Amino acid sequence: MTAQESQKAEVEVEAKVEELAGRSIRLLTHRQLVLMRFRKNRLALVGLGILTLLYLMAFLCEFIAPYDPNRRFQGNVHIPPTRLHIRTAEGTLAAPFYYKVERKTDPSTFERTYKEDTSQRFPLKLFVRGDKYELWGLIPLDLHLFGADDPTAPLFIFGADAMGRDLLSRIIYGSRISLSIGLVGVFASLLIGLILGGVSGYYGGLVDNVVQRVIELIRSIPTIPLWMGLAAALPTNWPQLRVYLGITVILSFVGWTTLARVIRGKFLALREEDYVLAALQAGARPFFVIREHLLPSFMSYILVHLTLAIPGMIIGETGLSFLGLGLVAPTISWGVLLKDAQKVQEVALHPWVLIPAIFVLVTVMAFNFFGDGLRDAADPYSQRT
Amino acid sequence: MRTFILKRILQAIPILFGISVIAFAIIQLPPGDYLTTYVNNLRSQGDVISDEQVRALEEQYGLNQPMVAQYWKWISNFVRGEMGQSFYWNKPVNTLIGERIALSMAVSLFALILTYSIAIPIGLISATRQYTWTDNVFTVLAFIGVGLPSFLVALVLMYFGNRYLGLSAGGLFSIEYLDAPWSLGRVWDLLKHMALPAAIIGISGTAGTIRVMRATTLDELSRPYVEAARARGLRETIAVLRYPVRVALNPIMSTIGWQLPALVSGEVLVSMVLGLPTCGPLLYTALITQDMFLAASFIMILSALTVAGTLLSDILLAWIDPRIRFGGIQ
Repeated sequence: MTAQESQKAEVEVEAKVEELAGRSIRLLTHRQLVLMRFRKNRLALVGLGILTLLYLMAFLCEFIAPYDPNRRFQGNVHIPPTRLHIRTAEGTLAAPFYYKVERKTDPSTFERTYKEDTSQRFPLKLFVRGDKYELWGLIPLDLHLFGADDPTAPLFIFGADAMGRDLLSRIIYGSRISLSIGLVGVFASLLIGLILGGVSGYYGGLVDNVVQRVIELIRSIPTIPLWMGLAAALPTNWPQLRVYLGITVILSFVGWTTLARVIRGKFLALREEDYVLAALQAGARPFFVIREHLLPSFMSYILVHLTLAIPGMIIGETGLSFLGLGLVAPTISWGVLLKDAQKVQEVALHPWVLIPAIFVLVTVMAFNFFGDGLRDAADPYSQRT
Repeated sequence: MRTFILKRILQAIPILFGISVIAFAIIQLPPGDYLTTYVNNLRSQGDVISDEQVRALEEQYGLNQPMVAQYWKWISNFVRGEMGQSFYWNKPVNTLIGERIALSMAVSLFALILTYSIAIPIGLISATRQYTWTDNVFTVLAFIGVGLPSFLVALVLMYFGNRYLGLSAGGLFSIEYLDAPWSLGRVWDLLKHMALPAAIIGISGTAGTIRVMRATTLDELSRPYVEAARARGLRETIAVLRYPVRVALNPIMSTIGWQLPALVSGEVLVSMVLGLPTCGPLLYTALITQDMFLAASFIMILSALTVAGTLLSDILLAWIDPRIRFGGIQ
């Protein structure tokens, strides 16, 4: 740098200082800094928004789904998605409506064709009364967010499956299991990871050695074959709730290892800190030190890791159920729904059976964007790269 | 170097032992066994099978012995290369597994090579052109790629391939080469068929590696030694390729060991979707039918090969980086 340049830089710095001095300076807490950093990340905000909508959908699935997911509509087997229109045949705009769909079967080739009967128009209605349900298994209701009024013209936004059931309703109900299994699985992994990783990092020595070898062992087995083996061991006559729990245990069997590594690393690093030593010298018990000093200092890192671990679990459940090793019908999850898409011929004829895959992809991506934003925000003092 | 290799090999032995115990335990977990189901099926069809015969069969397969003895029998034969008899196929496990394992490994290795040959240059380009639109495009693509579950990608690609290109997806050989003996033509045919599955399996690994390569190269590019190289008048390409890239490759080399299990995992799922004649479909039927020797051998071999791959990558890393060779692994 030449003398001239450095002089110029100095002037610039001075100008900046003056500019800043003019503004009111606020003190921001750690939490505010984290929030500020997070809000700047657009993708992360989008991810959070999508996740909020998805989880809301899972939470209120009975109300949001237009039909009972197990209701079979006779004569509507594999009916393609109903098209919603906002432009009438005369060319004027109208509230969203759909036409009744007529099915014709060619007498010689048995090929089915579907045609909209433009003479019969049905409006898409909000807050309609339809199939009865019990909200969260408690409150008997029959109100649905949206749906069709006329029972003679059922509405299939995403088409119908091989038994004439509404795919949209099934996807909405399936979200409850598919989205919750990731949370429960991650929670279970956290529990095991926290205990084993904590013990391993805090005490070190032989305990540490044993735990680390076990982790290495589990991680050296390819995950999918391991999951497949464990899932195949679940008895087929188990009630669905127990299978659900079994699958979460299987998913966390591998999941805890990564978390335990992270937690151990943090413990090892923080154990040497002066404030830990001071607390111990002051007569605090190890458990107290862990709870009051160690855990809060790296909780944000753990949260980030948890968020990024959830999509893996969701994919795991979907993959296992897709293979028929996880949850099975009559339970509804996205993986179970995708089982219909196992054969190419099936997908070629009824491509809408792939729609659950889109939901899986969107969820996984939203979690990744959200988690990535969290990771950046968790450490608001670092420089952005 | 020699002591390092020896030490790593010795460390792998307890891991392999542990894997064999887990593999065997998984197979023993479900209640009942293949023989019971088999006998029940025959009886329900009206066949008369005396308890004597059942006991003879149990004797033959060693099912009446305690668990530890069964494990010992399996593992001691396994080490000698005898993997027992498949109940379901009624064939020796060796003949069933042989070619499938080889093909599985071929697809996984192909995916690994594809991953690195795509990800390393892209990561490098992204890093040297930070925040340009090239970098931004690759960054977004990598972000999306990391989260894509390979079997769903396989499903979607199969649909589009079938719909728009008229491909009847699946398989690893064209019909004329299906049962043909190995020849140059057959190898070429295999490579052509492997490209798509390998690409699908490699997606998330590629995306992840791009991110790592970009980050580490960026770290190294700002180091003084790069500045020094430039100051000595080296051309930019050479200044980058000769020094920082070599250092930046280090973390990538050291994670080959983690890539491998992920690739093998992905291969098992994708091969089931695409109907490849590799491990996936056979492992699946073996698990469903409780064909214990077949399933346990599969899990054991896939894991053992992964451990071997990690070992190789560690040795490779030590060979490249003297700090590891002399200073232990940590």
